[in-house]
Amino acid sequence: MLEIKGVHKTFNPNTINEKKALTGIDLTLSEGDFVTVIGGNGAGKSTLLNMIAGVYPVDCGRILIDGVDVTRLPEHKRAKYLGRVFQDPMTGTAADMQIDENLAIASRRGAMRTLRFGVTEKERAHYSELLKSLDLGLETRLSSKVGLLSGGQRQALTLIMATLKRPKVLLLDEHTAALDPKTAKKVLDMTEHIVARDNLTTLMITHNMADALRVGNRLIMMNNGKIIFDVSGEEKKNLTTADLLEKFKISAGEDLNNDRMLLS
Amino acid sequence: MFFSAFLASLPGAVANGIIWGIMAVGVYITYKVLDVADLTVDGSMSLGGSVLVVCVIGGVNIYLSMLIAFAAGCIAGLVTGVLHTKLGIPAILAGILTQLALYSINLNILGKSNQALNSDRYPLFISMRFTPKTILVCLGITVFLIAVLYWFFGTELGHSIRATGCNHAMAKANGINTNRNIIIGLLLSNGIVAVSGAMLAQYQGFTEVNMGRGAIVTGLAAVIIGDVNFGKIFKNFALRLLSTVAGGVIYYIVMTLVINLGMNTDDMKLFSSIIVALFLGIPYWKNKLAEKKVKPAKESDENA
Repeated sequence: MLEIKGVHKTFNPNTINEKKALTGIDLTLSEGDFVTVIGGNGAGKSTLLNMIAGVYPVDCGRILIDGVDVTRLPEHKRAKYLGRVFQDPMTGTAADMQIDENLAIASRRGAMRTLRFGVTEKERAHYSELLKSLDLGLETRLSSKVGLLSGGQRQALTLIMATLKRPKVLLLDEHTAALDPKTAKKVLDMTEHIVARDNLTTLMITHNMADALRVGNRLIMMNNGKIIFDVSGEEKKNLTTADLLEKFKISAGEDLNNDRMLLS
Repeated sequence: MFFSAFLASLPGAVANGIIWGIMAVGVYITYKVLDVADLTVDGSMSLGGSVLVVCVIGGVNIYLSMLIAFAAGCIAGLVTGVLHTKLGIPAILAGILTQLALYSINLNILGKSNQALNSDRYPLFISMRFTPKTILVCLGITVFLIAVLYWFFGTELGHSIRATGCNHAMAKANGINTNRNIIIGLLLSNGIVAVSGAMLAQYQGFTEVNMGRGAIVTGLAAVIIGDVNFGKIFKNFALRLLSTVAGGVIYYIVMTLVINLGMNTDDMKLFSSIIVALFLGIPYWKNKLAEKKVKPAKESDENA
């Protein structure tokens, strides 16, 4: 479903601020894979997701989604294949627009924007049902401006928007990191529910090791722009956080350093 | 004496206010919807006037002339849009470049710096000599314009333009071509501004290449006055556009008042700038003062 071949990325090359963010990434995700990504500060986790989404161009390498080479496609054209949820709950939604308008925009991801009505009555009914089924208490507030919602509600809405039109790959960039623990759990539960419901191929960055181990069928660990550990299936299920820290120490030759990392 | 003079000039102020209010609707699209400060409008306002006058004198039908003025304004917006999105020039500078270029272009179109347009010889929509009719026609055009914009910003394309102005990252993540949308917004905005210029030329019976100087400030004044006076009660998009036009009318009534009070007309633009600067600055200072008022938590408080 997703193939990344030999991707390199250096920011500010040949300057004092040079940062080798990705130094040769090879990664293949099969249909329905739910991969969690962990790693220290500056390991290249977010850069990897941004490369897939096309936020910046790659220096070299190829990115294929469902067999289509998207390496040279601009961000808005790749969006056709991707659902994205960001770390900042403000990033994924348009605050000055209504809930139904945000959803309608998301449901047209990858489609031509025409002069037809932006939201039809039929769509509104559908959104109301959908929101009801996810128990967010938003189904009666379709006409509210998204800016009035809480961070957790906005993040949940972004998740719904990212999956409203089935993406080939769902990219989650620490999407629960900015939420309080209770809300974070709710959004993560919802993520698991939706991913299972639609059998989505998913790449989720997290700073929570327990989540990384519990959620998904595969885990990758990154350090210094490389994937240093890749585990799936039964082997992943039997891992503990202590194992992960040990693995990191062996592969990277240093202790795992992430100021947001939670060992709980 | 003063009061009767003010009353006598009131209809003219209203007519002027509506025409500039229509111009402000164009500014609203860039400033409020797209979140871009577009300075092209000074040039496209004069452009609308120049194109209309040349067309009408050349024997072109008045409706068609208005349409051509609109199209000319759209092209001006397109140029700014291309400078901004394709050449990476900051929006404000891109607008200034187009505006400056338009000064020469307008001189070329008119062939001189000003041109009279006699309402007796040409079948104009509106004229200073028929102010009541002018007000009615301008109101009609305003309602039509707002209706069209209300419909447009409710379409899929209109939604995507609003999303672009609101949140670039969200727009791109949802497959919206933000650069294209910025161009469409600038195009539409300058088209509307040019129509307003075309109307102003008819109303005052002449046009001049400096007609649009400072138009952006007047437009912003109308947007802000409309927002301050009606922002709390008008939430709907169409009503917000309407309050922008009303803002233009209020602006002109105040201007007429201060002129009647004896202010030198040479100082008008100074006065406008001060008013706009004040209205833009007040919300900022309100926030600052509110921050200062926050007291440290007392020890007896639960949160302490």
